[in-house]
Amino acid sequence: MEYVIEMLNIRKEFGTFVANDNITLQLKKGEIHALLGENGAGKSTLMNVLFGLYQPEGGEIRVRGKKVDISNPNIANDLGIGMVHQHFMLVENFSVTENIILGTEPTKYGVTNKKDAAKKVQALSEQYGLNVDPNAIIQDISVGMQQRVEILKTLYRGAEILIFDEPTASLTPQEIVELIQIMKRLIAEGKSIILITHKLKEIMDVSDRVTVIRKGQGIGTVITAETNPNDLASLMVGRQVEFTTVKGESFPGEEILDIKDLVVLDYRGIEKVKHLNLNVRKGEIVGIAGIDGNGQSELIEAITGLRKVKSGTISINGKNITNMKPRKVTESGVGHIPQDRHKHGLVLDFPIGHNISLQTYYSKPISKSGIIDYNKINEKALQIIKDFDVRTQGPSELARSLSGGNQQKAIIGREVDRDPDLLIAALPTRGLDVGAIEFIHSRLIEQRDKGKAVLLISFELDEVMNVSDRIAVIHDGEIVDIVTPETTTEQELGLLMAGHTDQKKTQDLTKKGEDQHVE
Amino acid sequence: MSNRATNLLVPIISVILGLLVGAVIMLVSGYDPLKGYAALWNGIFGDLYTIGETIRQITPYLLAGLAVAFAFRSGLFNIGVEGQLIVGWFAAAYVGVAVELPKIIHLPLAILAAAAAGALWGFVPGLLKAKFRVHEVIVTIMMNYVALHVTNALIRTVSDGGDRTGNIYASASLRSEFLQNLTEFSRLHFGIIIALVMVGVMWIILEKTTLGFELKAVGFNQNASQYAGMNVNKNIILAMVISGAFAGLGGAMEALGTFEYVSSKGGFTGIGFDGIAVALLGMNTPLGVIFGATLFGSLKYGALNMPNAAGIPIEIVEIVIAVIIFFVASGYIIRLLLLRASAKKKEAK
Repeated sequence: MEYVIEMLNIRKEFGTFVANDNITLQLKKGEIHALLGENGAGKSTLMNVLFGLYQPEGGEIRVRGKKVDISNPNIANDLGIGMVHQHFMLVENFSVTENIILGTEPTKYGVTNKKDAAKKVQALSEQYGLNVDPNAIIQDISVGMQQRVEILKTLYRGAEILIFDEPTASLTPQEIVELIQIMKRLIAEGKSIILITHKLKEIMDVSDRVTVIRKGQGIGTVITAETNPNDLASLMVGRQVEFTTVKGESFPGEEILDIKDLVVLDYRGIEKVKHLNLNVRKGEIVGIAGIDGNGQSELIEAITGLRKVKSGTISINGKNITNMKPRKVTESGVGHIPQDRHKHGLVLDFPIGHNISLQTYYSKPISKSGIIDYNKINEKALQIIKDFDVRTQGPSELARSLSGGNQQKAIIGREVDRDPDLLIAALPTRGLDVGAIEFIHSRLIEQRDKGKAVLLISFELDEVMNVSDRIAVIHDGEIVDIVTPETTTEQELGLLMAGHTDQKKTQDLTKKGEDQHVE
Repeated sequence: MSNRATNLLVPIISVILGLLVGAVIMLVSGYDPLKGYAALWNGIFGDLYTIGETIRQITPYLLAGLAVAFAFRSGLFNIGVEGQLIVGWFAAAYVGVAVELPKIIHLPLAILAAAAAGALWGFVPGLLKAKFRVHEVIVTIMMNYVALHVTNALIRTVSDGGDRTGNIYASASLRSEFLQNLTEFSRLHFGIIIALVMVGVMWIILEKTTLGFELKAVGFNQNASQYAGMNVNKNIILAMVISGAFAGLGGAMEALGTFEYVSSKGGFTGIGFDGIAVALLGMNTPLGVIFGATLFGSLKYGALNMPNAAGIPIEIVEIVIAVIIFFVASGYIIRLLLLRASAKKKEAK
């Protein structure tokens, strides 16, 4: 079998830190080859070496059997290597075609020839079944569609080998299904794919072979058909990983959070939460299951004081906190792991130590009469870093330079350490690898066992099923049903999330079948 | 190359490069660069008098630089330092001429009036930004014109149609016989002490107080700050008010130290705008502002000697000074070149 790409014994150092140590990856023509590793294991570094962004200190790269020196991305392009980045590199207010030709604009009589380019884009889009409108403006199309533009961009430039960097991180379940189809189509048309991911399910679904790296070391390559998610996880993490979270029975006590008849509007003035009722008791985890955009964000923002409530009440421990300022809510005993850790959870340009004190910097013992004792901030940071296993060079490292999992651990540490009665966790494991997910789930359960109330919001059914004691299904701003994980199935939850309540369930099941299955 | 060596080398190389290019400009214009630079040097450090005057010139730059830097650190672009400085200048001079009080009351009162006037001029754009999301750059630019013309009108009113106020009472003056005797009767005044204290004040606010923690957090990420329970709007207003107060103090330096009066102006003083460059040269840190202000103040004042002592026309002098500052500001390019050079060396090994 012919290898289109061979990366042999690649070594990449940053100062004294070895990011890639002796990693070998061989891509066969026409295969989907997964590159699996935890956050920070060195996957992106390896791909940046292949793409010419980094120069390796050791090892060699061969493309179609010929040794090459890829000293910049243009060389990678010329060799037919294209990369679909995790964070898209698109100009928001340009059209699809304009984005694709950017940098290599074709000209006719010295004027950019967009018409021919658009035709070419259209033809490529049809050939690979991408269904992209060449004249659409980027900001008007969905994230999934934008990703296809990125794919088209590489194809337009003649890529034969496509690197997908965490392609499903920001996609909806439906878009993931479509992406997988596109990848298969690309293979059918003779392309080869390297898929960077830490999601085991995707690997099992699409890849032919998997190369695993752990802490910069190449662990080995396995054939997907001959392995299973458990083995892959232990290869990746280096120890046995529990998939179903271990947790004992819950012993719920009195009510902590009580929401009555809540109505919340979004920024456009449209009702997103519609007369919602919900309570969370001491010692239980209530999971809110639902498809993105059904009022979850507005609900959390209303509870935490970030958004005004139109009507209804929210109480914590019997105390009415409706429309209180965020700080008052926090001080009433609410901890909040926000949905978007970069936007709300962290000040990325602050040291991680400052971020750990972001909720307590103004109060004793850190502050006295307006003066901050930075030694205390440091002490607190060191304690959280140790207790929550935040991997960082120290409290003064910028939050920006920590990996996603470690940023999240720091946030959880910060919130849990304040000992809140109610802990709200919104998508707490988004974008994290199995090791970190396991850690975070066990911390949530630990809070429950300490007698705290936990409200979990998640788009991942696995997570909701594994962690919650009760599941409240949200659809169109209302709680349509409350079920327990023991007595429900993912199928049933999927239907509820799509807005099918009990009466209609049976008839819809027969009619729509698995189309309604929501990831 | 170690980080420290690079940090030291970059500004030195920048200044040398700036001087070289400035020399070329003087040469091609037909003037003797050696004579020119000798005149510049003497204009800055020549004798005690020029040293005193140089320090006097640095003083308002320090405060203007602090004003810009403080707003920057809170994520705001205060282009209105010029206007805040002008109203501060007027307010201090007005308090200086309007009443006569014991020095211990009069001088602080005049200084406070300047800070308050500047703060008020910062408050307006801060409020508009916080409440209505009006961009502070637009408002502050417009506030500059308002400041210029309103103070001109006020000066005419208080001086019965004249174009300058009378001199302030000695009880409001920052000048001191001691400093004047020390520097051969330059106009050096105690304002430099105030300016340096303010450098310390800014450092303490930013690095030691909860207020500074909040201002910096809001400057970096308003969403996360709001989530953490900070009052983002309050912080925006406060940042502009404090920034404006620094600028107003800059005006007090001119009113109570350098000139001891205020006259109506045909145009802007330029100090407030130069403050932007001072702050950026100093990377928006308090200590950096000292460096930026010293560079700006020295070059500006020293350059005045070049037409007299070396016969170089003022236009050429201004180009030369601009070139030097340009090179200092492009330290980044030099840093890059240094890194390239050391990387090459490594490869050659």
